[in-house]
Amino acid sequence: MAKPFSILNIMTYLGLAIGLVYACFPVLWMLFSSLKSNTEIFSLPPALFPKEFTLKAYRSIFGSPMKVRFFLNSYLVATVVTLLTLFVAILAGYSFSRHSFKLKKPLNLFIISTQTVPPISLLIPYFGIVVAFRMYDTYFALIFTYMVFTLPYAILLMTGYFNTLPKELDEAVIIDGGSSFTALWRVLVPVSIPGIVATGVYTFLLSWNEFLFALTLTKSTEMRTVPIGIQLLMGQHAYEWNEMMAMSILGSFPILIMYLVAQRYFLEGMTAGSVKN
Amino acid sequence: MLFLKKNGFIPFISYKTKRVITPYLYMAPTITLLALLMLFPMIVVFRYSLYDNVIMNRNPAFVGLQNYETLFADEIFWISMGNTLYFTLMSVIFHLLIGLAFALMLNSKEVNSTIKSILRVFYIMPWVFTAVIIAIIWRLLLDPSGVINYLLQAFSITGSNIEWFSSSATAIHALTFVNIWAGYPLYMVSLLAGLKGVSTVLYEAASIDGANEFQKFWHITIPHLKPIIISIALLDFIWTMQVFPLVWMTTGGGPIHATEMLSTYTYKLAFSRYKFSLASASAMIILILSMSVTYFYIKYQKSRD
Repeated sequence: MAKPFSILNIMTYLGLAIGLVYACFPVLWMLFSSLKSNTEIFSLPPALFPKEFTLKAYRSIFGSPMKVRFFLNSYLVATVVTLLTLFVAILAGYSFSRHSFKLKKPLNLFIISTQTVPPISLLIPYFGIVVAFRMYDTYFALIFTYMVFTLPYAILLMTGYFNTLPKELDEAVIIDGGSSFTALWRVLVPVSIPGIVATGVYTFLLSWNEFLFALTLTKSTEMRTVPIGIQLLMGQHAYEWNEMMAMSILGSFPILIMYLVAQRYFLEGMTAGSVKN
Repeated sequence: MLFLKKNGFIPFISYKTKRVITPYLYMAPTITLLALLMLFPMIVVFRYSLYDNVIMNRNPAFVGLQNYETLFADEIFWISMGNTLYFTLMSVIFHLLIGLAFALMLNSKEVNSTIKSILRVFYIMPWVFTAVIIAIIWRLLLDPSGVINYLLQAFSITGSNIEWFSSSATAIHALTFVNIWAGYPLYMVSLLAGLKGVSTVLYEAASIDGANEFQKFWHITIPHLKPIIISIALLDFIWTMQVFPLVWMTTGGGPIHATEMLSTYTYKLAFSRYKFSLASASAMIILILSMSVTYFYIKYQKSRD
């Protein structure tokens, strides 16, 4: 149907090219700025590629125990949140998908609506609670509060995945005299690995990127996560732009890798909020 | 998890009771967590908003709706409300337009499918980066002596270096522009999935009837995408209204409240001025606004079933 050089054809390619520059230029600028020396960042005329490639910014980050600590904190918190969320969401998803019970509809509705609860509205009570329970400036404060926001998505995703699997699969176990617990963990979970990966990837992303709670519920530099670490660099009197860009690249690294390797899963998580239930 | 395991083996519980209890046992961790960390805090923040000087004072006095009255009398509250609405509406409209344009191009029959699948990976790029990182990328790009000012002057569009984020005339527009860049991929991905679901038979039938490209777009594509557009736009509206990190990391609400949003206004009330009661009232208003839009979202989702 497509004629080789129709006007529509040329317009589409032109639009795609403009779109590519719009989407990627800022990202490329960040990447190459991280490979420049700080004095070259604002040199005139500005150039995308560094005159002299240098890994100085990266070396400086890895050479600073404080900055390495930001990354370790982020990895630790995001990993624990992901594991706990998955565990709780698998149980809830199983219940939603395979059982019928009185409160099923209202609970489901509640979980869908919690996706839109503004974090700032919960922040003040969280601050009060966390201080009262002596959890201020600890990993626990971050882990518990993050879970409230990762759990609704994870439950919706897991329920959706379990719904795609035939009921006969786990019912056979129960008919054979096994408990529903065995049916879930021995039969359903092993065949749900793709769904669990999709849910895990999205949960990791949400907690890796979290900013507001990390800013408010921790205080000491040793407890800070990557987004707050970047904010701290920003607050210094002399901007080390190349270092901030390198920190951003390293801070996006796990997400970027997950995105490139597991694109399909990523997109599932991304549209989870808007899927029909 | 022992209790669940046990339940499977307890002989003296009747089969019927077990059937009733089991789903709730599986839901128990979820219900506990959401009750403790979602419902309870909502009640607490509502209570805080009715008291005087909470958190700072051990025995705060009940003052009724006085905090809300103080808030409504504050000019900066209304400035924040106006800024939030402008920022949110512009973001939603442009997210939709750009997301739709990208989705249509990526679904075009005029383009080779390998090129399309490679481009799709790049077009989602902005979504991979978190708000803090997006903020500092754009602070570098929009710096007075940064590359965007350089290019604008090279093409004689502007005469001098513009301080995009620190001039009160441009700050809110610059911020909205950055947020538009950051948020269109969600629309693109969802609309692209929707476009794949439109039957080609419909377009062929329309072609036979003599419809042009625009008529096909307006009478077939748009009605088909409408449910997705409405769902995503409502969710985006709610999420954009709650924006915090991007504003905090670019302008911090300034210069002089020019980009103050309800979220930054609330945060500052609580954590720089320690007026936790007023901040709670402000947080309640954000919650009520979000929940009202959520009501429409859920009602719409239900009507689709």
